[in-house]
Amino acid sequence: MGDDTEMLELPLGDWHRAKGARMVPFASYAMPIQYEGIMAEHLWTRENAGLSDVSHMGQLILSGEGAAAALEKLVPGDISALKEGRMRYSLLLSEEGGVLDDLMVTAAPTGLYVVINGAVKHQDIAFLRANLPSGIDINHLEDRALLALQGPKAVEAIARVVPGVDQLYFMEADLFLWGEVPLWISRSGYTGEDGVEISVSADQVEALADALCAQPEVKPIGLGARDSLRLEAGLPLYGHDMDPTTDPVEGNASFAVSKRRRAEGGFNGADRILKALADGPARKLVGLSVEGKLPVREGAPVFVGDTQVGVITSGGFAPSVGAPIAMGYVAAGHNAVGTPLEAEVRGKRVPLAVASMPFIPHRYHRRVISSQAKA
Amino acid sequence: MTRYFTDEHEWIEVEGTTATVGITDYAQSQLGDIVFAEVPAVGAQLFKGGDAAVVESVKAASDVYAPVSGSVTEANDALADDPALVNSDPEGAGWFFKLELSDPSELDGLMDAAAYKAFVDSL
Repeated sequence: MGDDTEMLELPLGDWHRAKGARMVPFASYAMPIQYEGIMAEHLWTRENAGLSDVSHMGQLILSGEGAAAALEKLVPGDISALKEGRMRYSLLLSEEGGVLDDLMVTAAPTGLYVVINGAVKHQDIAFLRANLPSGIDINHLEDRALLALQGPKAVEAIARVVPGVDQLYFMEADLFLWGEVPLWISRSGYTGEDGVEISVSADQVEALADALCAQPEVKPIGLGARDSLRLEAGLPLYGHDMDPTTDPVEGNASFAVSKRRRAEGGFNGADRILKALADGPARKLVGLSVEGKLPVREGAPVFVGDTQVGVITSGGFAPSVGAPIAMGYVAAGHNAVGTPLEAEVRGKRVPLAVASMPFIPHRYHRRVISSQAKA
Repeated sequence: MTRYFTDEHEWIEVEGTTATVGITDYAQSQLGDIVFAEVPAVGAQLFKGGDAAVVESVKAASDVYAPVSGSVTEANDALADDPALVNSDPEGAGWFFKLELSDPSELDGLMDAAAYKAFVDSL
């Protein structure tokens, strides 16, 4: 990679370049890493609204009789319980219970709408094809683009363009019409902020991106800011913080193993995963605060004294925290919040402490249910 | 005083046998927001093309190489508190270190300002 000619082009590729983006290879596509600067784009998103192009991600519709039950063999979430217009974060599991991808599943009118990571989408689709019954149809929506508009002013901005979007709550989705253009919009995202994700036909995405960027709250943000935003939000990046060697419990994603599924099992790796839930995992993904200014990055070993107890899987400077932060795996016994650890960076020890995540509080627009409100 | 440039985007300003080293404006613009700079210790022996300093942007760590060989006589301590000086004034207050040249003939292979500009324009 690195050679422009080998990179695939996103529907908005030239739009990004016209906005001053620096393009880099990511998930086989030429993608915008930044426009005016990662720090400015990050901070803008925390205060206003940042528009990112995530059209590299795979959008699928799984349809056919029993699609939810069939998918439940491969993910640990309660998919059957999803009402139309509701969505859930889940994990695609190998037979051994390793995480093949993380994904969003929405009950849509036409089937289960599934969004998967760009870097692994083709292998995910092959895995789904091999492991779902032949009666389940997998439609890869390759003619659709995907935008994420994130930030505290994201919804007021899009509601001016697409009236009614503000009626959605967190993890709800619906079909909207922008003029005559159908948009599938969910109130969700991966920055810790309120916001929406918008699935739109590839031939309409440029007009939509222009209409959104015409709102005073909205600026385009690149992959760089998207990464620092999700890290501050304590959200794992697939391929870095989770991969086929990690199970959901180690990966700090036990919440994705739904209550009914814990009782019933019947998903890939259930034995391993339910045992890890009962006994505690041998290692766990934790947040780490970093003393000083030196960023601690992916791959740095983590020590207690001379003993390596872990490894950093994501790390960098956190603009809203104003300091470096990281995520990494540490062995059981060293994962309690406050535990002092050290990372090794270029031969030097950098003091760390296990931190509670998220580093920056989530600001989702949740539907408050009265029983939860009392609790 | 003469200023030279490397194809790794360092600048070196030479006065007699001492020199000041930093990264170019093009380099800082490519790196983006600088959040940390690690400068060499005074007395460190550097070798032409070898690691001399590290600059960290939000996104990644990058090496700064020694344009020529020599021993470090001074490091820019201001970068510890304000690494963004490398963004705001890369070819001035954002310098990294000074060194005493051990082989001034190594300067011969470096670019002057016009050659460096042509090099950057070709990228």
